[in-house]
Amino acid sequence: MDQPQIDSTGAGRGSFNAYAVGFILSIILTVIAFALVMNGGLPRSAILFGLLGAAVVQMLVHLHYFLHLDGSSSARWNVLALLFTLLIMFIFVGGSIWIMLNLNYRMM
Amino acid sequence: MFGKLTFQAIPYHNPITMGAVVGAMLLGIIILVLITYFRKWPYLWNEWLTSLDPKRIGIMYIILALVMLLRGFSDAIMMRAQQALAVGASQGYLPPDHFNQIFGAHGSIMIVFMAMPFLTGLMNIVVPQQIGSRDVAFPFMNAVSLWLTAAGALLVMTSLGIGEFSKAGWSGYAPLTERQYSPGTGVDYWIWSFQIAGAASLMSGINFLVTILKMRAPGMKLMRMPMFVWTTLVTNVLMIFAFPVLTVALLLITLDRYLGMHFFTNGLGGNMMMYTNLFWIWGHPEVYIVILPAFGIFSEVVATFSRKRLFGYTSLVYATVAIMVLSFCVWLHHFFTMGAGPNVNIAFGISTMLIAVPTGVKIFNWLFTMYRGRIRFTTPMYWTLAFISTFALGGMAGVLLSVPPADFVLHNSLFLIAHFHNMLIPGTLFGFFAGYAYWFPKAFGFPLSEKWGKRAFWCWLIGFYLAFIPLYILGFMGMPRRMQHYENPAWHPYLIVAAVGTAVISVGILCLMMQLFVSIRERHARRDMTGDPWDGRTLEWATASPPAVYNFAVIPVVQDVDAFWDMKERDVAYQQPTKYHDIRMPKSTAKGLLTGGFTFLFGFSMVWYIWWLAVLSALGIVFMVINRACDDNTEYVISAGEVEKIENERYRLLASAAANRAAEGV
Amino acid sequence: MATDVSTIDTIYSEGTEHSKTIEIQAFGFWIYLMTDLVLFSAIFASHAVLAHNYAAGPTGKDLFNLPYTFGETMVLLFSSATCGLAMLTLQKGRKAQVLLWLAITFFLGLGFIAMEIKEFYQMIQNGHGPEKSAFLSAFFTLVGTHGVHVTFGLIWMATMMGQAAIKGLTMPVRSRLVRFSMFWHFLDIIWIGIFTFVYLMGVM
Repeated sequence: MDQPQIDSTGAGRGSFNAYAVGFILSIILTVIAFALVMNGGLPRSAILFGLLGAAVVQMLVHLHYFLHLDGSSSARWNVLALLFTLLIMFIFVGGSIWIMLNLNYRMM
Repeated sequence: MFGKLTFQAIPYHNPITMGAVVGAMLLGIIILVLITYFRKWPYLWNEWLTSLDPKRIGIMYIILALVMLLRGFSDAIMMRAQQALAVGASQGYLPPDHFNQIFGAHGSIMIVFMAMPFLTGLMNIVVPQQIGSRDVAFPFMNAVSLWLTAAGALLVMTSLGIGEFSKAGWSGYAPLTERQYSPGTGVDYWIWSFQIAGAASLMSGINFLVTILKMRAPGMKLMRMPMFVWTTLVTNVLMIFAFPVLTVALLLITLDRYLGMHFFTNGLGGNMMMYTNLFWIWGHPEVYIVILPAFGIFSEVVATFSRKRLFGYTSLVYATVAIMVLSFCVWLHHFFTMGAGPNVNIAFGISTMLIAVPTGVKIFNWLFTMYRGRIRFTTPMYWTLAFISTFALGGMAGVLLSVPPADFVLHNSLFLIAHFHNMLIPGTLFGFFAGYAYWFPKAFGFPLSEKWGKRAFWCWLIGFYLAFIPLYILGFMGMPRRMQHYENPAWHPYLIVAAVGTAVISVGILCLMMQLFVSIRERHARRDMTGDPWDGRTLEWATASPPAVYNFAVIPVVQDVDAFWDMKERDVAYQQPTKYHDIRMPKSTAKGLLTGGFTFLFGFSMVWYIWWLAVLSALGIVFMVINRACDDNTEYVISAGEVEKIENERYRLLASAAANRAAEGV
Repeated sequence: MATDVSTIDTIYSEGTEHSKTIEIQAFGFWIYLMTDLVLFSAIFASHAVLAHNYAAGPTGKDLFNLPYTFGETMVLLFSSATCGLAMLTLQKGRKAQVLLWLAITFFLGLGFIAMEIKEFYQMIQNGHGPEKSAFLSAFFTLVGTHGVHVTFGLIWMATMMGQAAIKGLTMPVRSRLVRFSMFWHFLDIIWIGIFTFVYLMGVM
């Protein structure tokens, strides 16, 4: 019917299964993250890696299952924009933290 | 009821300011009276203020930019006069309080309210036509961008007569901008005008990025786009990623000032350098935002007036993209001296040096374009030639500054001031003046006077050198920036020369005004009937001058770079189509203007703490957005018959222009 | 026979022009989301720099209630799922179901905001407002900015429910709902960053 017209990361590409899988995965990843911190036990660096990993994976789950991001040609510019944004974020956030830590160390 | 606003806010005791305020108000009243007298309000309202046509919006942007150029330049004259006088025993005529507002206003206005509107205006007029499109992707949002920018500019102008402007410079460093050290309204005016204009620029960035990526004519692959479109595309990417950071920097200082938070305060955990860091993450891409469109204009002008295809198109594209990536990686060079260690400084020093390389590539490409070309020395070409040589000088100063140990000596000296004005005036401003002269006939249907254009050019060029070369020397002699008064008499002669330079530039400005006056007076005699006064190479010259509201009756199909030149060479440039179709265009609406009005009220009420008005005007903005979002009836149809009529008239003019040329034996 | 291809009688059918418009609108909105991502990352960066500047005041460990945060997270995640269901029923053109799922999404979102306001209110009542330290300023601003975005989403959702109810599932309404769902899912992605970096890491 109207399927091809609501496209380019539009809702026209979703399916119930996709949303269900994404939903279940998200719950699991959230529980993992909270459990890691609330139950303690593991060494600090392990918890941090686990948290980071769970967060990144859950974001990817959202991007794929809810926002329909994939390798298809209609999503190409969107993926490209996202990748470039991530690069920029890395430069801004990473650069800021590097600079501010450096300043704090030398000036405080 | 009126928050902090009282009659004391009006600077009665300052004759200079009151003179400016009264003068501006008189001028405004005269303009309003003239419009009323000539009964032009319906025309103004229907054709301009409610228009969603980017060609009209672009012209309004440029008018705003030129007006703000005058205001920003007045600040420059005042500063140069002060520094030419205030040595030793003399305090000049401007007390520190006033001088500090002036240098803050000068920078703020020139970057955010002159350069940004100018480049956005040129993008609006030119880009849709150059890509063979009828419109931008989001016409209403485009109008909102214009009126928000105007609201921001109006806030700055209001600060002249009601309250004060920021005394913390255009960069607004904390903790000087915190409430403790700047309790007045100045910093708030600066914050809100920048925040509002920043939102407008962000929206324009999104708009033109989507327009260029999604609305090009068939056959116009990315590597067939005109260079001005490429530089606009990259500029938009810079705008999209840089402006949110400015929004945050301003948001955080706003929260500190209004809600007593501690992002950048001295105490309770605040980190003042974080402001500097965030500001320049925006600030550096911002200066590339203002220069890249100028580079694009120079590319267009050089190719057209050398009658040659641009040399090294591919390398120009790659150089532009390299500048795009690198410009996000250099921001720390604005604060080398503020405490970072050698590792950090050197990393950013190297990235800063690197960014000179792609610009160098561009300069060589322009030179090679001119080599063996058949050059026509028009006004745009004059601006371009002066740019190539003078900009290179400033670029070299920049590479010197990029070496951290050198910067430790020169940071915040007049050497720095000379460097960045050397980039901004011969680079940005000359580029915009070239674009202004180049595309004026397209926008209005008649050219600008070459004679007055060249006079303006010489005054600007000579004036620039007189005003800024002394500043390089003064920087080496140790003079800091932003000085209201100084003791060292050795600096005095140079500052006098600089003041003379400013006077020469003001003659240049008068020449530009004269140029407009003379050109408008002669417009009927010098009407451009073909739409292609320069024998241009790109698609905007295929439309009428001024173009029909829809630009192209039939969207062209592109086969090569320099699409229009290619069509001329294949002899298919002016073929009249066999059939016309209905064309849908966006309807005019006052909602953009109203949104801008509510936004101005919001900014003003936030400055003066008039909370009820702030809430009401914020609700007004939200209401306008929701109202527009519920409106499905936003287009109107130009019937095929009407299109045919308009196009027939166009072809009639083309034919009579051809007949004229034949009669003249050309 | 080669038609002259420098001018072409392009025939825009209603459908082609419409779908091009929708593609343009969705892409433009995606780009806006990218700018919002940069905006949040600048606030995240500020938070990262200031996160340990407690000014001798309370830390995350003292203030954060992780089970409560988990509850907020679940509410928002469920609202993302119900938003997805709304979009699925939109594909099938079932207006009443779309309105139902949107309403559920709305109330879940409202619940999230209510929980957040309660958390903020309690902290302020206990003397731990944003003006007390840089850490608290950063916390309130980052979480608050997300909350403001969610609130604008609620207003948008209510507007869309009105539009869908009154005009039905027309092309413009569908296009707007698509963009709304992009926004709503995006906010949940931001929340993942918040509960990870602000709450979970803040407690360690």
